[in-house]
Amino acid sequence: MPVYLDHAATSPIRPSVLERYTRTLAQIGNPASVHSFGQSSRQLLEEAREQIARNLDCDRNEVVFTSGGTESDNLAVKGLYWQRHAEDRNRTLIISSSAEHAAVLDSVNWLVSEQGAEAYFVAMDENGVLDLEDLERVLRERADQVALISLMWANNEIGVVHPIKKITELASNYEIPVHSDAIAALGHIPVNFKESGLSAMTITGHKLGSPVGVGALILSRKQKVTAVLHGGGQERNLRSGTPDAAAADAFALAVEEAVTEQATLAVSHAKLSARLIAGVKLCAPDVKVSSENVERLSNNVHFRFPGCLGDSLLFLMDLNGVSISTGSACAAGVSSPSHVVLSLGADADEAMGTMRITLGHNSTEADIDAFLEAFPKAHEGAKKAGLTRR
Amino acid sequence: MKILAAMSGGVDSAVAAARAVEAGHEVVGVHLALSRMPGTLRTGSRGCCTIEDSMDAQRAANKIGIPFYVWDFSERFKQDVVDDFIAEYSAGRTPNPCMRCNERIKFAALLEKALALGFDALCTGHYASIEQDEKGNLELHRSLAMAKDQSYVLGVLNEQQIKHSFFPLGKAANKEDIRREATERGLSVANKPDSYDICFIPEGDTRDWLSDKIELTPGLIVDTDGEQVAVHDGALGYTVGQRKGLNIGRPAKDGKPRYVLEIRPKENVVVVGPEQALVISELSGRKFSWCGKAPANVSDWFDAEVQVRAHGESHPCKVMVSENQMVIRPISPFRGISPGQTAVIYLGSRVLGQTTIDKTVSAVMEQV
Repeated sequence: MPVYLDHAATSPIRPSVLERYTRTLAQIGNPASVHSFGQSSRQLLEEAREQIARNLDCDRNEVVFTSGGTESDNLAVKGLYWQRHAEDRNRTLIISSSAEHAAVLDSVNWLVSEQGAEAYFVAMDENGVLDLEDLERVLRERADQVALISLMWANNEIGVVHPIKKITELASNYEIPVHSDAIAALGHIPVNFKESGLSAMTITGHKLGSPVGVGALILSRKQKVTAVLHGGGQERNLRSGTPDAAAADAFALAVEEAVTEQATLAVSHAKLSARLIAGVKLCAPDVKVSSENVERLSNNVHFRFPGCLGDSLLFLMDLNGVSISTGSACAAGVSSPSHVVLSLGADADEAMGTMRITLGHNSTEADIDAFLEAFPKAHEGAKKAGLTRR
Repeated sequence: MKILAAMSGGVDSAVAAARAVEAGHEVVGVHLALSRMPGTLRTGSRGCCTIEDSMDAQRAANKIGIPFYVWDFSERFKQDVVDDFIAEYSAGRTPNPCMRCNERIKFAALLEKALALGFDALCTGHYASIEQDEKGNLELHRSLAMAKDQSYVLGVLNEQQIKHSFFPLGKAANKEDIRREATERGLSVANKPDSYDICFIPEGDTRDWLSDKIELTPGLIVDTDGEQVAVHDGALGYTVGQRKGLNIGRPAKDGKPRYVLEIRPKENVVVVGPEQALVISELSGRKFSWCGKAPANVSDWFDAEVQVRAHGESHPCKVMVSENQMVIRPISPFRGISPGQTAVIYLGSRVLGQTTIDKTVSAVMEQV
């Protein structure tokens, strides 16, 4: 059985979630229907909403179910931009970062190229740590033009954690809404919506062990947003389309389990990560560990190997039964130089020599054993193949 | 053997990979991403550059039951094939990009990577055959399916490259058999159309595509006496032997059609003349290679056959190497040769070697 160390791409469904989901899939009824079947589905959906609200410390009405992270990010970025711009035509500036997930970055870029928006990417250091003084400066100088701020809670590729609370405090001086993609953070560090000061927060189920295709935008009841999808007016009129009650229910259970076990899991992941890093350094002394000495996710290890191609490493590890990633997955199946690593000031060669290992709810010591057994030969082979590249 | 199967998303490479598996080899499929900005869907008769082609290759690999990966060679492809193509046209020559791709990407960068990653050989769907002579030396031969024979575009392979190549379709009788076999194997690409055009030129119009890449300056079209007969909007992008698209209003003195005889990029001049001036009695190239073991004595004339285009006919000729050039003299002079093209030399069905043509000598007039 191959070893799975790519939980940031998607995590295996939890046995408890699978058991419950296969039962609730048989549930009949559109949650919007008035009859008893509809009412049963509505109950399932609303209980899921409440379960998520309890675990993230938000109001039940603040949970807007979506099809997942990409949709939530699109709704937050475009919806906030359209709303804030409609309220005041001077607001055309979006503050974000060049290391955001593509769902945020491409939404921002689309608003820039098609809708007359302007983007400002907050400066970062070589570890991916945001320069809050830079953020403070741009807010001070241009606050009346800012439509929104969108900065992720933790980076999905390199694992660096951003100080969301500090960011929302800066923004609150100017009453600017802040959205954060919290997908990589949830389940790995404490995530509390009320305390965060965020106006909107993206989460998704399948990184936590729920089925793929369900997520949510946690949206403050005080924050107005323009809808992206129009239709039957479900989900506070923000996300039309028949809600998937069974998926929402499975998602809610996964969120609860992930939040409950977060502190324990973080300790065990930190141990596994430390072993993995030590083993790799022993075999490849020239390796760089990204963002090693800054606040980061304990389930994420990101390496840069000089003189190696990430796709050669991935290929050789995969053939030896260990599934890892070079960064984030891409539609065409091609490993491009990572935009995240490039944005840290690395050159293209360095950005091509990456490997990301991400742990999840069922990762074990045996997974790390298998990795460390396969790694030396894979590294040697990839080094030999070198940069005969692209 | 551990074999890396290059899978374009077409029917030939899919069947080749399936045959390699059936022959008992350990096979891994790989699709080469050659464009940084691949199109979503395939259009026209271009092959292998779109996401759809990549998905076709993946589906074939799934069906065959082999692991599959996409490897990005777009940077190398741009440098070694696309930029070379533009540079060749800029120099007034007519390049063959498929040949360059085999020479520098598939059987160079890809093969090197495959060997470094622990593979023994590279498998492709080319219609060509690898044979052994009585001493055990490897030779490249024409495919049995003459209509599909692709030995010409493999003429650039050297002995080491042949040693690590595997062409399971070399003994196929014809393409129809391969399509039938693909259907029997349940491969969805069984009826996918063949690709003909240059894969990186989306609309198939080379001149139009080049016009974005090379600055075209209007200049003169002259006859062989140097007299102006028309103007052109840029000398580059014309091909020696071209007849259409010259837009010469008035007829020639002899009333016969005129053809492009020569492109002079430095002077931005296109020379046209009668068809018989295209007939070539000698061609030569400094960049040449032997496909497998080099013949024993190449400084004396020896008999061979020469082919100058992918599916063209072959012509009996005399060949020798003199002053570091491969010199080829057709027994009966023929037309249709342009500098930049590749001349592949055959001995019977065996591919002996090749040269990129630098210079041609007209049978009726002196020409550079």
